Amino acid sequence: MADEVVSQIKKGHIHKLLSMGRRMDGRSADEYRSITVEAGIIGSAQGSARVRIGNTDVVVGVKMDVGSPFPDTPDRGVLTTNAELIPMASPTFEPGPPDQNAIELSRVVDRGIRESEMIDLQKLCIVEGEEVWINFLDIYVLDYDGNLFDACFYGAVAALRNTIVPAEKHEKGDDYPMPLRHYPIQTTAVKIENSILFDPALDEEMVADARLTVTTDENGDLRAMQKGLAGALTLDEVNEIIDTSLRLSKGLREIIG
Amino acid sequence: MSEIVDDIKFIDEEGKRIDGRRVDEMRPLKIEAGVLKRADGSAYLEWGDNKVMAAVYGPRECHPRHMQNPSRAIIQCRYNMMSFSVSDRKRPGPDRRSIEISKIISEALENVVFTENFPRTSIDVYIEVLQANAGTRVAGLTAASVALADAGIPMRDLVPAVAVGKADGHIILDLNGKEDNFGSADLPIAMIPRTGEVLLMQMDGHMTMEELDLALSYAKKACQEIYDIQRDALHRRYASQAGTEDDNDDDDDLPDEEA
Amino acid sequence: MTNDVSRKEREIVIPGDLLEGDKLRPGAGTYVSDGKIYAAFLGIKSVKSNYINVIPMGGRYIPCVGDSVIGKVEDIGPSNWLIDISAPHPAPLHVNEVPWRVEFGDTARYMNIGDIILAKVLMVDETMRIQVTMKDQGLRKLQDGQVVEISPTKVPRIIGKGGSMIQMIKGYTNCRIFVGQNGRIWLDGEVDNIMHAIKAIRMIEQDAHSYGLTERVKEYLESVTQQDNVESE
Repeated sequence: MADEVVSQIKKGHIHKLLSMGRRMDGRSADEYRSITVEAGIIGSAQGSARVRIGNTDVVVGVKMDVGSPFPDTPDRGVLTTNAELIPMASPTFEPGPPDQNAIELSRVVDRGIRESEMIDLQKLCIVEGEEVWINFLDIYVLDYDGNLFDACFYGAVAALRNTIVPAEKHEKGDDYPMPLRHYPIQTTAVKIENSILFDPALDEEMVADARLTVTTDENGDLRAMQKGLAGALTLDEVNEIIDTSLRLSKGLREIIG
Repeated sequence: MSEIVDDIKFIDEEGKRIDGRRVDEMRPLKIEAGVLKRADGSAYLEWGDNKVMAAVYGPRECHPRHMQNPSRAIIQCRYNMMSFSVSDRKRPGPDRRSIEISKIISEALENVVFTENFPRTSIDVYIEVLQANAGTRVAGLTAASVALADAGIPMRDLVPAVAVGKADGHIILDLNGKEDNFGSADLPIAMIPRTGEVLLMQMDGHMTMEELDLALSYAKKACQEIYDIQRDALHRRYASQAGTEDDNDDDDDLPDEEA
Repeated sequence: MTNDVSRKEREIVIPGDLLEGDKLRPGAGTYVSDGKIYAAFLGIKSVKSNYINVIPMGGRYIPCVGDSVIGKVEDIGPSNWLIDISAPHPAPLHVNEVPWRVEFGDTARYMNIGDIILAKVLMVDETMRIQVTMKDQGLRKLQDGQVVEISPTKVPRIIGKGGSMIQMIKGYTNCRIFVGQNGRIWLDGEVDNIMHAIKAIRMIEQDAHSYGLTERVKEYLESVTQQDNVESE
């Protein structure tokens, strides 16, 4: 991803507003842009969702196939997550195989799903050591206006929640809904100078010093975190972000459905 | 194209196809223009069970540099199928099929764009197939030309495209997935209705000369129909801005110096 | 609709549309084929002194010599800066074209990457190589304020007839505003007023060709600026 040059004036304007406790689009520090979720939009996928946060727009599909388990987890299904920052989504995205940013993005989404034990992978075992369900979670970014981490995560969660295991097609009995155990929610905040902002828009992301993504489950326990960018966070800031994340997660869970 | 399967009837006694269409009837087509924020122009299309997004960036600096043409813009199209768009997961990234399709779509679009207005630039066209059900290349080209107009690119005309094929011994318009899989010929074509110019054409399978004539007559009629839907999509994009205006045209005004 | 002749029909045309117009000549945004005039852009049809034109709805900024533009420093060389002016290509700004005496290799001391400048298009050649200059009255590096981008085709609307629209925004918001031909607008003033002015600009951009726009923008500006006065009392 080629970096865009941020103008000094834009940077100055964002800083000035933040010093007055305000954001460019008038939101409060812990306020998300409007989120819309359309689930089950791709008939050729076993599960799918299109999620928009503001102008950020992603589509996620789940494809399932029968395959061999990993030798160290012979009784569990397999989850493979991939994210594509396709050049359609931004003038700074280039065609080609996933770069560092796309790989970090897919790994953060994967970690949140995996570590929260959202999917009951043991129930996706067909014959131990031989046959299990393989889940391909594929994410495509259509329009990039900041906060891909959360948009992609919500897309993944919503897609998994409407996934039907295609057992009939593979002659493994009747179709059944994806076995799910937990319902994780993730939030992303950035630090700009001394302000902490949730759901950064593109302009905010471009001047951000540090970023923290936090995944919690429905019991309020932590399941995954990822700190990004070159700036530092204090422990107080980390705690503040986690507290706010927990507070926001209930409402977000309702929106994502 | 797969071999002919004898035991599948594609046309019933009343001349209806498996999805109830007549032989010369298109699947429902919907187009919406200007659906993405970041791209300079965009269009989303649903055609039967096909779902396709097209986006345009440019004219902008041409990369790689050695592709630059000192006298005109080049059109660089990237057609891609999302991994979950087909029944068996497709591995992400380009393959030989998508590279070929990208090339013929670029060439079709190059014909209508006034490329000479933008030396040394590239106009980048991205086509993503979210869900595929036969005819994605013509769906992609149909959406792409709407996205180009939406991007404010000067062009001679829009480019409607459709596929005609043969199944069960009949020439049929706009094959669906099943007809495409088991049919015996496929002919994707793009044609400008006003001039009758053919800008994209491929064919595989087996057709007689008489069948080709019939296929082309179906295609010609369908391209006019698709063209009207393309135009309607662009009209609707600015519907709120139509009507009358009391202000004058100010295009001769100079920029304002700071007071 | 209306018979009022002062109101013009705002007809949206699409590339390839035949533009009727006996005795009219092909103007900007059109092309001729077999002796007939067609639209080359998605835009609005406009007839002016026997020419039929299409005003595009969108599209990139295409530079013309003499245009006043707002540029962003994208790169620095020992004897020039590379300026992004939203055109398809970046435009070099040579040290001889700035209002300071700059020694070779000393360019970064005067302007750095990310700086915003007011400039003029000095030259555009047939292969669209562009040069810009800062050697003219009022051209300078901009500090503070905010820059927003709109489609360059909407610039005339933001300015309004004889500058009426932009004067109105300035009047209500007390902002200093400069509109570049390349669709970039620089504003400076009190923070709330900048926000109001930007909102007004977005309104114009959205509904650039609709009826009664000036009135609606005026109503909006009146309401928000009055509200602020009440709040501050």
